[in-house]
Amino acid sequence: MYYFKFSQKMFRMLFQSPATMKLYCLSGHPNLPCLVLKFKSVTVMLDCSLDLTTTFSFLPLPLVHSARLAKLPSWVPKDADASDQDTLKTLKKELKECAGRVFVDSPPEVGIPEGGLLDLSTVDVILVSSFQCILALPYITEYTGFNGMIYATEPTAQMGRQLMEELVHYTERVPKTRTASKWKEPAVFKTLPAQLRDGLNPAALRDCYGLHDINSALSKVQLVGYAQKLDVFGALQIMPLSSGYCIGSCNWLIQSHYEKISYISSSSVLTTHPQPMDQGPLQNTDVLILAGLTQSPTANPDSMLSEFCSHLAVTIKNGGSVLVPCYPSGVVYDLFECLAVFLDSSGLMQLPVYFVSPMADSSLAYSNIFAEWLCQSKQSKVYLPEAPFVHEELKTISRLKVFPSVHGDFSSEFKTPCVVFAGHPSLRFGDGVHFMEMWGQSKANTVIFVEPDIPYLEALAPFQPLAMKAVNCPIDTRLSFQQANKIISDLKPLHVVLPENYITPPPSLPQRSDLVLEADPPPTTYQRGEVLSLPIKRMYEKIEITPELASALVPSEIRQGVAVASVTGILEAKDNNYVLQSVPKQPTAGPGQKRKREDNADFAPPKPHVWGAVQVEQFVQDLEKNGVTDVKVEDTPSGHIIHLQSEDTLIQIEDGSTHIFCEGNEELRIKLRNILLKCLSKF
Amino acid sequence: MILFLLFMWWPTGAGQDVGRSCILVSIGGKNIMLDCGMHMGYNDERRFPDFTYITQSGTLNDHLDCVIISHFHLDHCGCLPYMTEMVGYDGPIYMTHPTKAICPILLEDYRKITVDRKGESQATFFTSQMIKDCMKKVVPVNLHQTVQVVILNIPQVDDELEIKAYYAGHVLGAAMFLIKVGSESVVYTGDYNMTPDRHLGAAWIDKCRPDLLITESTYATTIRDSKRCRERDFLKKVHETIEKGGKVLIPVFALGRAQELCILLETFWERMNIKAPIYFSTGLTEKANNYYRLFITWTNQKIRKTFVKRNMFEFKHIKAFDRSYIDNPGPMVVFATPGMLHAGLSLQVFKKWAPDSKNMVIMPGYCVAGTVGHKILNGIRKIEFENKKVLEVRMAVEYMSFSAHADAQGIMQLIRYCEPRNVMLVHGEGQKMDFLSKKITQEFGVQCFFPANGETVTIETNPNIPVDASLNLLKREASLTGPPDPKRPRVLHGALIMKENSLRLVSPSQAMRELGLKEHEIRFTSTVTIHDPQPSQGTVERLCTHLKGTLKDHSIQHMPDGSIMIDSVLIKVSGSSEEEETKDFLVSWPYEDEDLGSQLMTLLRKGLPRTVEA
Repeated sequence: MYYFKFSQKMFRMLFQSPATMKLYCLSGHPNLPCLVLKFKSVTVMLDCSLDLTTTFSFLPLPLVHSARLAKLPSWVPKDADASDQDTLKTLKKELKECAGRVFVDSPPEVGIPEGGLLDLSTVDVILVSSFQCILALPYITEYTGFNGMIYATEPTAQMGRQLMEELVHYTERVPKTRTASKWKEPAVFKTLPAQLRDGLNPAALRDCYGLHDINSALSKVQLVGYAQKLDVFGALQIMPLSSGYCIGSCNWLIQSHYEKISYISSSSVLTTHPQPMDQGPLQNTDVLILAGLTQSPTANPDSMLSEFCSHLAVTIKNGGSVLVPCYPSGVVYDLFECLAVFLDSSGLMQLPVYFVSPMADSSLAYSNIFAEWLCQSKQSKVYLPEAPFVHEELKTISRLKVFPSVHGDFSSEFKTPCVVFAGHPSLRFGDGVHFMEMWGQSKANTVIFVEPDIPYLEALAPFQPLAMKAVNCPIDTRLSFQQANKIISDLKPLHVVLPENYITPPPSLPQRSDLVLEADPPPTTYQRGEVLSLPIKRMYEKIEITPELASALVPSEIRQGVAVASVTGILEAKDNNYVLQSVPKQPTAGPGQKRKREDNADFAPPKPHVWGAVQVEQFVQDLEKNGVTDVKVEDTPSGHIIHLQSEDTLIQIEDGSTHIFCEGNEELRIKLRNILLKCLSKF
Repeated sequence: MILFLLFMWWPTGAGQDVGRSCILVSIGGKNIMLDCGMHMGYNDERRFPDFTYITQSGTLNDHLDCVIISHFHLDHCGCLPYMTEMVGYDGPIYMTHPTKAICPILLEDYRKITVDRKGESQATFFTSQMIKDCMKKVVPVNLHQTVQVVILNIPQVDDELEIKAYYAGHVLGAAMFLIKVGSESVVYTGDYNMTPDRHLGAAWIDKCRPDLLITESTYATTIRDSKRCRERDFLKKVHETIEKGGKVLIPVFALGRAQELCILLETFWERMNIKAPIYFSTGLTEKANNYYRLFITWTNQKIRKTFVKRNMFEFKHIKAFDRSYIDNPGPMVVFATPGMLHAGLSLQVFKKWAPDSKNMVIMPGYCVAGTVGHKILNGIRKIEFENKKVLEVRMAVEYMSFSAHADAQGIMQLIRYCEPRNVMLVHGEGQKMDFLSKKITQEFGVQCFFPANGETVTIETNPNIPVDASLNLLKREASLTGPPDPKRPRVLHGALIMKENSLRLVSPSQAMRELGLKEHEIRFTSTVTIHDPQPSQGTVERLCTHLKGTLKDHSIQHMPDGSIMIDSVLIKVSGSSEEEETKDFLVSWPYEDEDLGSQLMTLLRKGLPRTVEA
C-alpha cells in the first residue's frame, strides 16, 4: 500500500483533478485488452496483454533443422523497384512463400500495446486480470520509465511468469542469427500482400523479452487477494473480484467515495475449476468496461470437450497420434481430468499421454497449491488432504508423462500412438512445431486445437500442404453474448463501454444478430488508439470532521429534519484521509508582544450567514424594548425606511437587504446591528 | 462510542494465567468472539470457558454476530465444538483455509485422548460428529480479503461488520484479524511471530490504525537471542546425548513446530552423517506433511520458491514411530505428541525414559500450569500421578524456546506497523505484562491494558465523522489558498447540511440555494469627521498611506473616483468644501466585513497622525 505525506500530487488529486474520466485504448483486441483509465488524476492501466497473433506472419522456429522450411521459395513484390537490387536481395532472404502465403523468415515478433497515446511513465497502477493478460508487462515496466504499482493475484503472477518464461525458452533455445527488418520499412511494407499486412502494425512489433526482464517486471508486482481493498493515493479504492475464468483471474472494481467503475474481462459463469465469478459488488456502477467474451461464440465448451475426446479416440483407434497445441496452464487442467475419465471408460488406459513444456512441471505443481483460488469441490479436497487436481495422481502413476522438451529423456520414453500436449499453440515455436513436422505428412495423425485465441487455420498455414487431420475444438468458457447481455442487465451500470466489434455480429457470421451486446443507453465503443471521455462527473469528496469540531457546531433547524450549520476548520491530509479539525484558539497577545495578525486572520470564522426577511413591526418593537423609541417608519416602493430622528440615523429595509446609515455613533450602530440580527435567521 | 471487551471467564482462572484464549468484543453494537480455546491444564469442566457469562439459557445465536478463530492450536480453538454443538451456536465462524483443514484433526486427536484413553464419559465431552457439524459452520477466509460477515438465517451480508485476515507466522494458517464496524476497529493478533523461521514467514500488518490492538504477550519480556544460536544449541544438545548413547524425547504438537525441528534435524543428520534413528509419533506425520505441501503458499519465501524442485516436507531420515520402540536399546530421537506432556504418547515415553540420566527431554514450547511439562520445567523432579505413583525424573530437562511467538521486540514492532490508539495485552503472565505495558505507554503514548481473566474492559473511541464535501467548495478554497504549504494551515469554511442521515459540506451560498433560503444582506454606512486642513484630495492620499501602513494584510486600493477600498469596505469623502479644516468621510461596509469596518471606524476617529506624509 501507498503511504506518503501531503504532496503536490495529492493536492492535485483532491483539488485540481478534472471532474471527468478518460479512457485510452492501447489495444483494440477484445481478448487482449490494454486500456488506461485516468480518473481523479490517478492513471490506472487495465491489463497489459501481448498480441501473439503477430507471430502468424512468421515462419515457425523448428527445434531441429527442417529441410522443408529451408527449401521454401523466396517471395518478392511483383511491382518491386528492380533498380534497388540491394533491397530485393535482402527481401529475398526475408520473405518466403508457402502454399500461396507469404511469411517472414525471422524469429517471430510480438505486438506490444499502443505507445503513442500517453506517456506510459505516468501510469500509477497496473491491474492485471489474468495470467493471459500480463504478457506485455516487461515492455511497460522495463522500457517506459514506469514507476508505479502493479497489482495481480498470486496465481496470475506465478502462472503469468510460466507463460512468459515459456515464451523466452521457446525463442531463445533456437538461436537465429539473422533478424529480418527490411520488410518492415514503410516503403517496402506497403508492397507486401494484404494477407501479410492486414492487422499488422510494424511499429508495434518487438523481439521477445529475456528472463531478466521477466524477473525485474514481476518483482514489482504486489500480490493481492480476492475482495482485498486496495487504496491508491487515498483517492481510489480498488478491489479484485473473482471472475471465474481461470485460476486467480479477476475483475476489478475501481471506486472513489462516490463513483464506481467496474472492469469485467474474461469472466465465466460456467462451473470449471476456478472459484466462481463474484458479481455482487459489481452492481450499479457508473461505468462498466466490458471485454474478453468468448472467442468461439458458436461453440459450446461441453460439446467441444466431447468432440475433442471422440476425435482423439478415432485417431488412436486408427493407429495415429494426436497433437494438442496448448499453453502450459489453463484449459489443460480441465482437459487432463476429462481425458483421464474418457480413456478409462473407452479402454485406452494404456495410451501414453505426454505433456511437453519447459513449464509443465511447474504449472502442474502450482495448480495444486492454489486451493484457495479454486471452486468449492476442489477446495474441499485439500481438507482431506488430497491434491485438488487429478493430474497430480496421473503423474505419480505415470499415466501423464511430463517432459520439459523433446530433447533428453523424452526420446527413450516416447511411444506411438500417443497424445502429446505441447506448446506453443500458435505453432510458431516450441515443441509443437517438432510434432507438426514429424506427423504432418501422415493421414493417420490429428492435430486438435483447443485454445480459443488461436485461429487454427492461421496456425497451420506454414505447414501446408498437410496430410494430417486438423480439428478445431476451441474450449472457451468465457461469457457468451447472451450471458454478457444478461450480466449487463443484472448489474445495471449507468454506462457501458466495450470494444467496437461487440456491437455488430462477427464478420464470419453476419446474419447472427444475436451475437452483439446491447445496453441502455447504447454502449460507448472503443478501438485501438482511441481516447474516450467517459460520462462520469464527480460532485463530492469524502472528508472527516473531528469530534471536537463537530461538537462545537451550532446547527439551526430550517424545517423538520433539516438543519444547517456553518463550519470553519483546518483541512489536513492525514493518513491519506482529509480531516477537517478545529481552528486552534488564537493566542492572546501579551503586552509588548506584537500581535501577528496575518497568522490568525485566516483562522477567524466569518460572520454568520444571514437569511430571511425583516418583519418591520417586530423590529420596531424590539427597538423600543431596547430603548430606541424615537422611531418613524416610512413605506417605500420596495420596503420601509426607519428614521431615528434624534440620531440622524436611517435604516433602509428591503426584501433581501437592510442598510443602516449612521452618523458615526458606533455604540448606537452596534446596538442596532444586534437588534437587527435577532430579527433574522442565520447559520 | 464505546467498545466493550469481556474476557471469557474460566471457573478457576487465577489472574492472568496463560493457556487459553476466548475474548468477547462488543464493538459498534456487534458482538464478536475471538478464539474459543480450552485450558489444557485441566481435565474437568474448568477446561472450558463459562458461557453462562453470555447467556444463562438458550443458544448463543442471539448474542453473537460471529466467531473468529486465529489458528489451529487447541488453546485457541479447542472449545469450538463444545460451544457450537453443546452450548449452541449456528452463526458464522471464520478461519483461514489451513486452520479449517487442520483444526478438526487436532480436535479429534484431543477428543480421542480425553474420551477413549482416559475413559472420560462421552456426555461431558464432544463427539466426532459434533466436530464435523461444528466445522460445517466454518466460512474459510483468505488473507487480506475483506469479508462482510454473513447474517444467520438471512441470505444477506452485514454491511457494517467486516473482517480482514493478515499473515501471522506462528503456525501454518495462523492469522491476525482486523474487525471493523463503521469507523471503529479492533485488531486481534492471536499468536504471531515477527521473525521468519525455517518454514514460516514473519507476521505482517498494514497501517490500519485500529482503535484497539489486542496482542498476545507470551514472551512479553523475553528478547530471544538470535535464531541461529538457539538452533546450534539445540543440535549440540541432541548430538551430545546421542553420542553418549542416550535417548532424546521432544514432545511436540503434530503440526507446526514439529515440521520446523524435523527440517533442522534432517539437514543436520545429512551433514553429520549420523546413523541414530529419528522417529516421529502418530499417524499424523504423513498427513501433516501433506497439509504443508498443499498449503505451501502459507510457508516462507524460500520453501515456496523451491517446492517444484524439492519438497522440504519429504524427510529421508525421519521414520514413523511404533510404541514397541520405546524399549529399544541404543540412542534415538523421538518426536512425540502432545507437546506439554499432559497425555498421550509423549507422556508414556517420558515415564519410561525419565529415570535414566543418560536421556534427555527437550521441551520446545511453552507449557501451561498443571501439565507435567510445566512441572519439570519448573525444576520439579518428583512427579506424582493420579494413581499416587511418584516418578523420579533423572533425565536432563532442557527448554528450548522454539515456540514461534513474538518477543517483546516483535510486539513493539507490530505496534509500530499498525499504529493502534489503544493496546491490550493478553495470553501472558501478569508481571511481565505489567512491565511491557509500561514500556508501550512510554514509547508510543497510548493506553495499554492487561485485564485479568473474566474482567470486562471498556474503551472509549472517538471517531471522526465522515462528511460528503462538495468538490466545488474544496476546489474554490484551494484556488484561494494556492498549493499546499506545510507552514500554512488550510482553512475551509462551508455550510454543513444535515438532512436525514446525510451530512454534506457545501459552500454557504450553495446551502442557501439548496435549502431555498434567501440571503439577507446587511450593510452599514457611517460618517467620520477628520481634521485635516488641506485639499480633500491630499487628505485622501494621506489617509490611504496611513491605512496602508497600519493594515498590512488587507488589500487597499485608491480608486479613480477618489474613494478608497479596503477589501470590501468603501471610504469616500462626502461633499465638503475644499478649504475646510474638517472633512466628513463616509465609511460603508457589508456585515461580512463587520470586524474590519468597526476597526476602521475606531482608527479613523483617532484622526490622522501628524507625521504621515502624503
